[in-house]
Amino acid sequence: MNEAANPGIVFWVLSAIILVTGFMVVSLKNIFHCAIALVLCLSGVAGIFVLLGAEFLAGAQVLIYVGAVAILMIFGVMLTSNLAGKKIIATTSNAMVAFFATVLFGGGTIVTIFMTDVWRYSSESLPIDNVMFIGKLLMTEFMLPFEVVSVLLLAAMIGAIVLARDEES
Amino acid sequence: MVQYLTLAAILFSIGLFGVITRRNTIGILMSLELMFNAANINLVTFNKFIAPETLTGQMFAIFVVVVAAAEATVGLAIVLLVYRNWRGISTDNFSILKW
Repeated sequence: MNEAANPGIVFWVLSAIILVTGFMVVSLKNIFHCAIALVLCLSGVAGIFVLLGAEFLAGAQVLIYVGAVAILMIFGVMLTSNLAGKKIIATTSNAMVAFFATVLFGGGTIVTIFMTDVWRYSSESLPIDNVMFIGKLLMTEFMLPFEVVSVLLLAAMIGAIVLARDEES
Repeated sequence: MVQYLTLAAILFSIGLFGVITRRNTIGILMSLELMFNAANINLVTFNKFIAPETLTGQMFAIFVVVVAAAEATVGLAIVLLVYRNWRGISTDNFSILKW
């Protein structure tokens, strides 16, 4: 399968963006810059989703992650860092130990990926009306998880309000 | 396909590195988002190349996105609460949980 073997130039550009900004997220000293890098990284992942034929997921990624979660992070940074007073420094600790542990983990994963050569590639292709298919699945086969996850969102919303509420006022 | 899987593995490792080394709680939450995204890339990749006709991988990725959003909301609420009570969001502020 040609597409499985060679993903093309767009993939490499997006990968470079994702990995560089992803590394910035975990290494920069200013936590606000980390949040900006996180926005870029998540946008890159949305691009990867488009390459993989998941258009609905790419749209949801931009709306939920780039539009909501990253903005939430920036709000969190602004509310908790003393912007007027001392600048908040995002220190890192145990960097060497963590680096070796991470390289061990990532290297092991990548070696496993390349040693597995019995991927059962499917000869089928994605449904053309991808988004419509997802909508139908959400209303038929995945009806119960869909409803459960909406209750979860409601619970998370109420929980967040209860937790973050200022009780004195 | 291995390129996509390798990208996801490296992204997951970067997120893991962040979770281990960060002392800022919001930094830890951001690294967690990176790990969620790496898992999502894997799900969508397997969906496209192994079982494209059912779209199950994309459905799972959608649910992962929703759960990650709920996690970020509650996590940041807890961070705000900790900041209000201890005037700081370093993980050292959570040491009262240790006994």
